[in-house]
This record gives sequence, C-alpha cells and structure tokens, in this order.
Amino acid sequence: MVPLPFFLPFAELEVGQHLYWQVGGYQIHGQVFLSSWLVIGALLALVVAGTRKLERDPRGVQNLLEFIWGYLRDLSREQIGEKAYRDWLPFIGTLFLFIFVSNWGGALVPWKLIHLPSGELGAPTADINTTIALALLVSLAYFYAGLSRKGFRYFEYYVEPTPIMLPFKIVEDFTKPLSLSFRLFGNILADELVVAVLAFLVPLIVPLPAMFLGLFTSAIQALIFATLAAYYIGEAVHEEHH
Amino acid sequence: MTSWLLLAAAGAPEGGLFDLDATLPLMAVQVVILTFILNALFFRPVGKTVEERESYISTSRAEAKQQLAQTERLEADLRHQLREARQQAQTLIVDAEQEMDRLYRSALAEAQAEANASRESARREIDSQRQQAEDTLNGEADRLGDLIVTRLLAVQ
Repeated sequence: MVPLPFFLPFAELEVGQHLYWQVGGYQIHGQVFLSSWLVIGALLALVVAGTRKLERDPRGVQNLLEFIWGYLRDLSREQIGEKAYRDWLPFIGTLFLFIFVSNWGGALVPWKLIHLPSGELGAPTADINTTIALALLVSLAYFYAGLSRKGFRYFEYYVEPTPIMLPFKIVEDFTKPLSLSFRLFGNILADELVVAVLAFLVPLIVPLPAMFLGLFTSAIQALIFATLAAYYIGEAVHEEHH
Repeated sequence: MTSWLLLAAAGAPEGGLFDLDATLPLMAVQVVILTFILNALFFRPVGKTVEERESYISTSRAEAKQQLAQTERLEADLRHQLREARQQAQTLIVDAEQEMDRLYRSALAEAQAEANASRESARREIDSQRQQAEDTLNGEADRLGDLIVTRLLAVQ
C-alpha cells in the first residue's frame, strides 16, 4: 500500500481477503459466519424480546413485530396469492429480515473496530457465497412449491402459453438465481466499496451522502430479493384459469 | 491503493471476490434453520395473535351490529306500541267526551222536561185555583147581588 501522509484506522481497503476456517477439510469464510451470527443474534433477540408476552392490546416491541409481520404478509400475499402464501410467509419473511438486517448491519455497525487476522467483517450479503446460497434456496423453494402443489402438472408451466416458450423458461431457471444473487451481491459490495473508497480519500463528511444512499439501497435490495422470491414462488403455484 | 484492485481482479487461489467454497452450503443450512426458528418464534405466534385479534374484532363488530339491529327493532316496536297507545288514549278521550256530552245533554233534557212539567203543573194549578177563585168570587158576587136585591126589594 502506498504510504499516506496520515493514517486512519477506519479507512483501509481490503477486498477479496477472507478469514479462512477449516471445517472437516473444507474451507469456509469465517468473517461471513461471524457477522451472520451477529445478524441472526440481533434478529432473534428482537423477536424474543417482542414475542415474550403477546397481548391483544400490543405494546412496545410487539407493535414493531406486528408491523413487520403485516408488511411481510402483504408482500407475500400480493405475490404468491391468497391460497398458498401462508406456507411461504416464513421463508419470504426470513429472507427479507436476514438480508435487511445484514445489509443495514453492514452499513451501520463500525466493524472496523473489531480486528481480524485476515479479511474484515461486513455485511454477510457482501459475500457471493451468501447470496448464491440464498438464491439457490429460492430456486429450490419455487421448484418445491410448484411440484408439491401441482405435481408433474407443474411442468405445464414451461409450455404455457405456447411450447415456443420452453427454451426460454428453461434458461429462466438458471438466470433467476444468477440475477438474484449477483444483484444483491453487487449492490451491497459496491455500496461498501464506495463508502470505503470515499472514507479512504476524504474521511470526513463526504462519505455521509453515500452512506445514506447505501442505507436506502440496502433496504431496497432486501425488498427486491424478497419480492422476487415471492413472485417466483407465486408463479410456480399459480393455477392457469382455462 | 492498487493492491485491492489487483486482488479483486486476480481472483487468487486463496481469496478473491468470487471465492466459492463450503461457506455456501453452510450458509444455506443456516438460513433454513433460521427460517424454522423464526417460524416458531415469530411468524406463527405473531400471526396467531394478529389473526385472533382480527377475528375478535370481526366477531365483536358482528355482535355489535346484531345488537344494534335488535335495538332498532325494539325501538321500532316500542314506537309502534307508543303510537297505538296514543291512538287508544285519543279514542278513549273522544269516547269519554262524547259520553259526557251525551250525559250532559240527557241530563239537561231531563231537567228541562221536569222543569217544563212542573211549570206546566204549576200553571195548571194556578189556572184551576184562579178558576176556582173566580168561581167562588162569581158565586159570592151573585149571592151578594141576590142578597142586595132581596133586601132592597124587601124594604120597598
């Protein structure tokens, strides 16, 4: 690294470096798991604090949880449809909450204060492994949703409205997880990089607008991922009305 | 300054942006487990609470609506009864007035008839007494006249 006239501990850039752990002969990215455990811990703490005493007249955190629940229910009901949304609400909701808290955690928590031997902590969703894992789960989910609801009639979807669509629909099955994972990964990583580069160049004030934009993008990306996941599942369980 | 660019572009065997490894399946398993945990801790209980509240509200609304309808029905019923009672009272009053009028008239007629009768009998009495008196007077006058005549004739 080029020596700088001044040194700032918060403004180093490390991209593509990972904290490797060995698990049974396989390598995993330790920093992703560390931050994801923090995210999951925060989520569970919020949920446990809010649902310890559920009342008919909500108070405190229960209001927030009910708002989130209603928001996610509306999202999945709108995309999946009245009949099947109940089965998929937990999955869609978990995707949304996990991605949202990951993104915001990556943007808001001063991870640099925790020093790792290699790599750095950040949003778990800024790692391609996480986003591909989530996207593949969505693929599995919509296949499972379609097959369990319609059996082999699910494959009619590939030739509707006309068999000419068959190759496109098959390609879609590959592009869906690809676009889902790369969209999320790219947005979150780009946001972290922009903020990091700006903080590296001008450590004061200038990164703030980019940080706010980052918060906005993070929320939007969580919403987009959850909405698209719900839409794919909805597409798979959709019954054609002849 | 250039080191991170190189790292991003190179995709070195150790590290790199697109370094896929066992993180992927483990993260997937972790998210699936999180889904089940959140389902048990969050989605199911909160959904149950919200839906119970919604059903409570809708049943309360239905009950209130039913009670309102019942109240309205009762009110209409009472209003009807009240109107009937008023009408009955009105007819009673009219009847009573008519009855009173009739009684008054009959009493008046009776009294008048009685008065007439007593006046008539009194008049008749007066007439008969006057007749009697006249008769007596006339008899007396005749007798006196006769006496005068007898006396005068006797003197001569």
